[in-house]
Amino acid sequence: MRIARLTKTSEEATTAQEPDLGGLDYLIKKYKGKKGNLIPLLQGTQEMFGYIPKTAFEKIANETGLNLSDMYGVATFYAQFRLNPVGKHVIKVCHGTACHVQNANSITDALKEALKVDDGATTEDGLFTLESVACLGCCSLAPVMMISGETYGKLSGGSTVKIIKNIRLQESN
Amino acid sequence: MQTTVTVGLGSCGIAAGANKTYEKIKALQLAEGLDFRLKKTSCVGMCYREPLVEITDDSGTYLYGEIDENRAIELLDKHINQSSPVREWVVQTDLFDASDNDFARSQVKIALRNCGFMDPESIEEYQARNGYNAIRKIAEEKITAVDVIQTILASGLRGRGGGGFPTGMKWKLANNNKSPEKYIICNADEGDPGAFMDRSVLEGDPHSILEGMIIGAYAIEANGGVIYCRAEYPLAIKRLNIAIDQARANGFLGKNILGIEGFNFDIYIKEGAGAFVCGEETALIASIEGERGMPRRRPPFPAQSGLWRKPTNINNVETFANIPWIITNGAAAYAAYGTEKSKGTKVFALAGKIKRSGLVEVPMGSTIRDIIFKLGGGIQNDKKFKAVQLGGPSGGCIPEYLADTIVDYDSVNATGAIMGSGGMVVMDETTCMVNIAAFFLDFTQKESCGKCTFCRIGTKRMLEILTRITEGKGVENDLQTLEELSYQIKDNSLCGLGQTAPNPVLTTLKYFRDEYEAHINHKKCPAKVCKPLLTYRVVDDACTGCMVCAKNCPANAIDGERKKIHFIRQEDCIKCGDCFTKCKFNAIEVI
Ligand SMILES: Cc1cc2nc3c(=O)[nH]c(=O)nc-3n(C[C@H](O)[C@H](O)[C@H](O)COP(=O)(O)O)c2cc1C
Ligand code: FES
Repeated sequence: MRIARLTKTSEEATTAQEPDLGGLDYLIKKYKGKKGNLIPLLQGTQEMFGYIPKTAFEKIANETGLNLSDMYGVATFYAQFRLNPVGKHVIKVCHGTACHVQNANSITDALKEALKVDDGATTEDGLFTLESVACLGCCSLAPVMMISGETYGKLSGGSTVKIIKNIRLQESN
Repeated sequence: MQTTVTVGLGSCGIAAGANKTYEKIKALQLAEGLDFRLKKTSCVGMCYREPLVEITDDSGTYLYGEIDENRAIELLDKHINQSSPVREWVVQTDLFDASDNDFARSQVKIALRNCGFMDPESIEEYQARNGYNAIRKIAEEKITAVDVIQTILASGLRGRGGGGFPTGMKWKLANNNKSPEKYIICNADEGDPGAFMDRSVLEGDPHSILEGMIIGAYAIEANGGVIYCRAEYPLAIKRLNIAIDQARANGFLGKNILGIEGFNFDIYIKEGAGAFVCGEETALIASIEGERGMPRRRPPFPAQSGLWRKPTNINNVETFANIPWIITNGAAAYAAYGTEKSKGTKVFALAGKIKRSGLVEVPMGSTIRDIIFKLGGGIQNDKKFKAVQLGGPSGGCIPEYLADTIVDYDSVNATGAIMGSGGMVVMDETTCMVNIAAFFLDFTQKESCGKCTFCRIGTKRMLEILTRITEGKGVENDLQTLEELSYQIKDNSLCGLGQTAPNPVLTTLKYFRDEYEAHINHKKCPAKVCKPLLTYRVVDDACTGCMVCAKNCPANAIDGERKKIHFIRQEDCIKCGDCFTKCKFNAIEVI
């Protein structure tokens, strides 16, 4: 069931730095009082911070009159929303049917090994978060992954690790 | 005429490096002052040959495949500077026998009529290709809403989102419910993981979807339009936004459209937030309303009470893409293709172990075998074709011996699979069908919204059993339990997700029962996929004692000295397969 995604500890969220919520004012002004505004508000917030901070939930609830439990209910229903901070680069490894058949598991395994993280977790240096997604729509290039919006196809364990190394290299320059 | 050079910039092309190719060509053109028009288009369906570059000059049209930056340099030099086409890179042309000429020839493109043939960001190019002529025809010839619906009914078009409900009928129902506020929604959620038909149309021909929606709005008298697009398709959303702006600026959206008094209609995009169940229409509506995407009971149907409790009509992307063509060319032209109960053409996304994976559009009634072997070029590495999965998580696996089944709604249903939205994932002898069943159950189990007990808990129990079987811990009556659970879930779920979730298991049980039995009774995985059931062994005659396997074994499970035959200690082996891939002498076997 969808709620199963909530296994991660909430401690991660509390140890993170308190984000500056100033940017939310514009978003709240844009959507306040509009019907169907809950998901766009959450999407906008996540775009700003990479996740939805606890304090943002509270601010939006206070200022728009939306119900906190409704907001939490929606945020935990949809796979897109994250309640914990993510790394600078989010690696989305496709585990759709086409990619599964072309051994997507070995891509995730190689990444787990290279990054020393579990699926869904962030590296210690905060550079990468490893995620699994279902189909990026590039099935003909399976197995596929997307890093920070860029898609990489026809991967092998080796080529995947090379891509990660290159990003690391660029980041250290 | 001026030579044109067109680069295919769909998501698949871009992932294969088409942006770099485009930039390279642009830079070279500037640097060397080359005389040609550089254009962009989207995916023409030959995803397996990306990046694609098409050159049209006085002699004809040449489609080049796999043009990376380096090849682009050579291509421009030879074809443009020296006027000598590089024949061995041409994948398709009318001028001579090229490797993939047959790929285009056996297709009939209606929904994909513009994909790959025009710049999706240009409304002028869409109009130059007959675009917006259907809605113009309606305005000029003063065709009534009832007549539009009649044409769609007569064309025999059935919903391409999976259900196959006659589109004209749906429109008629929506038209019957009078209300000053009415909605038409385009379902662009494309949830089937392994399918990309809708993405290609959204990216390659966004205006045709808008025009289809405009005609639909006219027919059912709707004033609000929503495109519910999954967030994983950023390029589609970008191009849709551009198209909507252009359509507004040109008077195809807004007030009194094309002078039709009182026809006011506008469209906005709603980004999905990642939930497969939101492809189901009542869940989709809940999601647009900003709530958890939980399906609700029907009736009332959306046509009676949908978005914001107003009459609402929902159609799939491909369904809409067909509409303008039908209005322009007439119902009879469309109904000329297809079978008795399934008219027209259908787009399929070929993926998996197939040589030419990409997008094809064929008349209904083509055989699965023809699609896979004639269009798809057969199986990768010429391995043995085992099965094809149709309909994604709601569908099923059709075995090789039923490959002569024709694609239409009824024939595919008869196999236990469903036509679905058009995903075809091809599997070969190295695909384990129990593993595939477990894969789909894992998906539906995670995606179940949790409302119905049988769907929520039943899928979990089924997944547990399947996982156990793949781990070699299956017991005798597992298969019976799986079947019982399947029927209970089908019977006791509210929406299509639960009602179809057991299909992948039921079809694999029906056609590949022996494979399940091998896992349970003999603790063997015939396709050699399920790791816990594999045994890695050294082939004594082939082992040279090079020690590579022993050095690479992460579990230190291999004993042996230089120039002596090695030995794998089974009790320590973690079955990672590293020794198998590292051995240069084929001296490791898997049994
Ligand atoms: C679980 C589930 C997922 C669905 N996903 C999609 C989808 O991704 N895209 C789609 O067009 N229809 C999907 N459908 C079918 C829609 O509910 C609906 O029938 C369809 O959008 C109607 O359009 P059509 O008549 O043009 O096919 C799904 C149905 C179910 C039950
Ligand atoms: S299955 Fe991986 S991109 Fe579609």
